[in-house]
Amino acid sequence: MPIEQDEIAKIAELARIRVDAGQAVELSRRLSEILGMVEQLQAVDTADVEPMAHPLDATATLRADEVTETNRRDDFQAIAPAVEDGLYLVPKVIE
Amino acid sequence: MHDLTIARMASGLREKRFSSSELTRAFLDRIARLDGRYNSFITVCEEQALRAAAAADARLAAGSAETLTGIPIAHKDIFCTSGVRTSCASKMLDNFVPPYDATVVTRLAAAGSVMLGKTNMDEFAMGSSNETSFYGAVRNPWDADRVPGGSSGGSAAAVAARLAPAVTGTDTGGSIRQPAALCGITGLKPTYGRVSRLGMIAFASSLDQGGPMARSAEDCAILLNAMAGHDPLDSTSARLPVPDYTATLEQPLDGLRVGVPREYFGEGLEAQTGAAIHAALKELEKLGATLVDISLAHSELAIPTYYIIAPAEASTNLSRYDGVRYGHRCADPQDLHDLYTRTRDEGFGDEVKRRILVGTYALSAGYYDAYYKKAQQARRLIKQGFDSCFEQVDVIAGPTTPGPAFGLGSKKDDPVAMYLEDVYTLAINLAGLPAISVPAGLAGGLPVGMQLIAPHFEEAKLLNVAHRFQQATNWHELTPPGGDA
Repeated sequence: MPIEQDEIAKIAELARIRVDAGQAVELSRRLSEILGMVEQLQAVDTADVEPMAHPLDATATLRADEVTETNRRDDFQAIAPAVEDGLYLVPKVIE
Repeated sequence: MHDLTIARMASGLREKRFSSSELTRAFLDRIARLDGRYNSFITVCEEQALRAAAAADARLAAGSAETLTGIPIAHKDIFCTSGVRTSCASKMLDNFVPPYDATVVTRLAAAGSVMLGKTNMDEFAMGSSNETSFYGAVRNPWDADRVPGGSSGGSAAAVAARLAPAVTGTDTGGSIRQPAALCGITGLKPTYGRVSRLGMIAFASSLDQGGPMARSAEDCAILLNAMAGHDPLDSTSARLPVPDYTATLEQPLDGLRVGVPREYFGEGLEAQTGAAIHAALKELEKLGATLVDISLAHSELAIPTYYIIAPAEASTNLSRYDGVRYGHRCADPQDLHDLYTRTRDEGFGDEVKRRILVGTYALSAGYYDAYYKKAQQARRLIKQGFDSCFEQVDVIAGPTTPGPAFGLGSKKDDPVAMYLEDVYTLAINLAGLPAISVPAGLAGGLPVGMQLIAPHFEEAKLLNVAHRFQQATNWHELTPPGGDA
């Protein structure tokens, strides 16, 4: 099933990946090839097969409700591209 | 000194034939002298390594050393290292210096090992040739015009070229086993959950697993002893006791039932590689094993299932790279949308973008059931295929890859051809099983790897079979031609 270029534009927007017109043609071809490869799944009978999300049937574990971590905000913010007064800076969202 | 296994190095250190400082200096010198050819390291930590070696020498002198004390190793650049840049071979993380260590790094350091540096890899571990690295392709020490495999290609090349005796790798669909096979070394992908994923940069979280890559199964056992075990900070790490993997290496293989799946010897397997694997299977028979012809149901679904599930998980995991908290940020963003989009456009390479887009598509409204849910159902069928085989056999054996190392650039522009490289390895990750690749012969002068697969948490059995095989053969002792010049 070929992916149309407008579909590429839609998923690129969802993924916040920039795709210009020139790349869209190539990407549409590549993605169609990959999806063509996975197409054989559609022929498999999976009626009554429980989807498997994880290799082990592990369940989340609980721990005592106690503070065990130290606050390392300064360490984490030291590697951020732009911070001020302990806050992460982004372009203005509301005019 | 550089040609010893960890096991021998550890004896040498104890017998004071050399110090950890001398050993570490020898490897640092080799990296400086030879790695220009291979590009297997992204970062070399000379001062830090020499400091750690001096500390190890003090422990050795004080008699408080463990097996790994003073042994130089390297980490794939996907494991966070406190204070040392961890790039995941991406421009996105070219400036990322983690404030903490991955649990694997913490454990191997606590065991006394000395970190030489960080090894090259495919960008975000997405690739089978190590050609998608932001820092350039890695070259195979057996033939510099060929790929080392991927994604742990730098790790495998470093061990093959004797630039490090052992390294860590990660395996999401074959990324430890395939480069181990192509570079003629031994690489173990443990059971999902055996080794903590904390601080291991995520690609596909239900498939990713860290493991050892070294010269021999015995060395992998020594490393896994230090790496394995529950980590309270990784809720998916298994709460099971860790056996001493070195204790059972010598067990005889009499009565071992080795399943040989027809599906792994069909169309697509190159003739010389197939012949090498058949000879290796004969060797296992000589050691007392019984070969059992088996059929691995649904194995043909591994590639399509993997190439839905892995990109789907990657597209969600990689949404964290937004230019806000760490990593690359584009210059002068006009607004928030521009910040995200341009940062990701500049920071990610082509293969990473392709996989994010495929994953986003598979998870998007209208396609979820047809792709993602269908793939999760196929995943269960694949796991059930293994379950029924393990009712008849103790381990499964076959080729790790369809052929030996291929030429640089020969598959780079054809994702689907590249994906076929992992036809024998992907299903193991989907089922969460442990598997090891051991050197098992040569094809056209290039290494061939045999893959052994076991039920969940049976790493000790894999290491035992691999060790006995290595006692009977010398494929793992071969060195790349001209590698030492």
